[in-house]
Amino acid sequence: MINRILAWMTDSAHWQGSDGILRRLVEHLGYSLTAVLIAALIGIPLGLYIGHTGRGRFFVVNLAGAARAIPSLGLLFVAVLWLGPKFSGDIAFLAPAGLVLVVLAIPPILSGAYAGVEGVEPDIRDAARGMGMRGSEVLRHVEFPCALPLIMSGIRSATLQVIATATIAAVVGLGGLGRFLIDGLAVRDTPQTASGAVLVALLALAIDMVLALVQRFVVSRGLTGRYRTGQMVDADTVATPAAPALQHSS
Amino acid sequence: MTWLHDHLGDVLNLTVRHIYLAGVPLILGLLIALPLGWLARRFRGLYPILIIGTSLLYTIPSLALFIMLPFLLGTRILDPTNVIVAMTIYTVALLVRTVADGLGSVPEAVNQSATAMGYRRGRRFMSVELPLAVPVISAGLRVAAVSNVSIVSVAALIGVEQLGSLFTDGFNRSFMEPIIVGVIACVLLALLFDAVILGVTYLVTPWLRAGKAAS
Repeated sequence: MINRILAWMTDSAHWQGSDGILRRLVEHLGYSLTAVLIAALIGIPLGLYIGHTGRGRFFVVNLAGAARAIPSLGLLFVAVLWLGPKFSGDIAFLAPAGLVLVVLAIPPILSGAYAGVEGVEPDIRDAARGMGMRGSEVLRHVEFPCALPLIMSGIRSATLQVIATATIAAVVGLGGLGRFLIDGLAVRDTPQTASGAVLVALLALAIDMVLALVQRFVVSRGLTGRYRTGQMVDADTVATPAAPALQHSS
Repeated sequence: MTWLHDHLGDVLNLTVRHIYLAGVPLILGLLIALPLGWLARRFRGLYPILIIGTSLLYTIPSLALFIMLPFLLGTRILDPTNVIVAMTIYTVALLVRTVADGLGSVPEAVNQSATAMGYRRGRRFMSVELPLAVPVISAGLRVAAVSNVSIVSVAALIGVEQLGSLFTDGFNRSFMEPIIVGVIACVLLALLFDAVILGVTYLVTPWLRAGKAAS
């Protein structure tokens, strides 16, 4: 069986064309990055604002838990059946599926940004005030950089969630690598189904690693304790993968 | 609501299957995560390896894992075992870190007192460290329980029956009611799992209430 999967994946005919692996990969990346980007543009400012002012704290704390309980497959079908008829052509499933991806990506990002600001030590905030910073400066120069590790783990959780849900969304007609899984299952083409599954898993892994690298570069060394001399390194603060408590659910 | 009225028996049946597919992996996952978490705590060098290793497993999208497992296990694709194993993997991935951190939250002075009182390592773990780590482990278990209930519904796409079957069934007939019923049932089930874990935690941590009653 492994040989048949390898044979399917290494067949160059399966890589090219409008339903080839490359095209599906680009589609999958396109949907996922767009959804995470939109969700980040909404979630990060909102989370920073709530963390900074303390307004709406109850809302964020409960949102993340509630969102985890909602099954993404059910949400996807509800969105397509409800919103689909309002559009025509490809938009009929693209718009509802895209909306669901964004909606699912917001809670982890929002709660990551909120928890990041919330977790900044009061002493640090007081010190910033004492140095004469105004509220917006404290947020930009102190709270935001200190919150970055949790903001990044929120983004990583959201991205995993979106990649997984975009895979499932092939069942409502969305492109992407999920097509190989869904179409393969429908026609009982086992090598195609299994190859699609392997490709999706590799994609999720690769993207998470890229984001882990990004995290390494954007998070201040003052927080991670990674100095070239290696003096202040503490085993507990070395970059570890996204906090599981914020992880995806699909 | 006539659909629900006519199909109440089916919905209950699917609910029971859903409880089985989401619940058994929680228990199995906890049983596997306990020794792994202990190892991660005991041998500090293992901590990053175990944490990174298990989080890599967590990155695999559920549908992909459901489809890959039959090849790795030699099971048939419709076999519910695939779903049980997949959900156990996700549970372990979430819990290893929680167990390690929970054990780490036990104050060192408590461990030393237990040793001074004559507890050997095994007994100290079972009757001192593990009980004191329960609140942290329980918090992780609640996250795992809620996401398990939601992820299991994806298994409807590979034909394993549970509440998610209401989604595929409703969608194939462009019929909204089964889907809504399924979503609500899933959310209620997640709340039920959460309540059970909270209840058990309450029962096994009587010392957390002792202080309150006295004051």
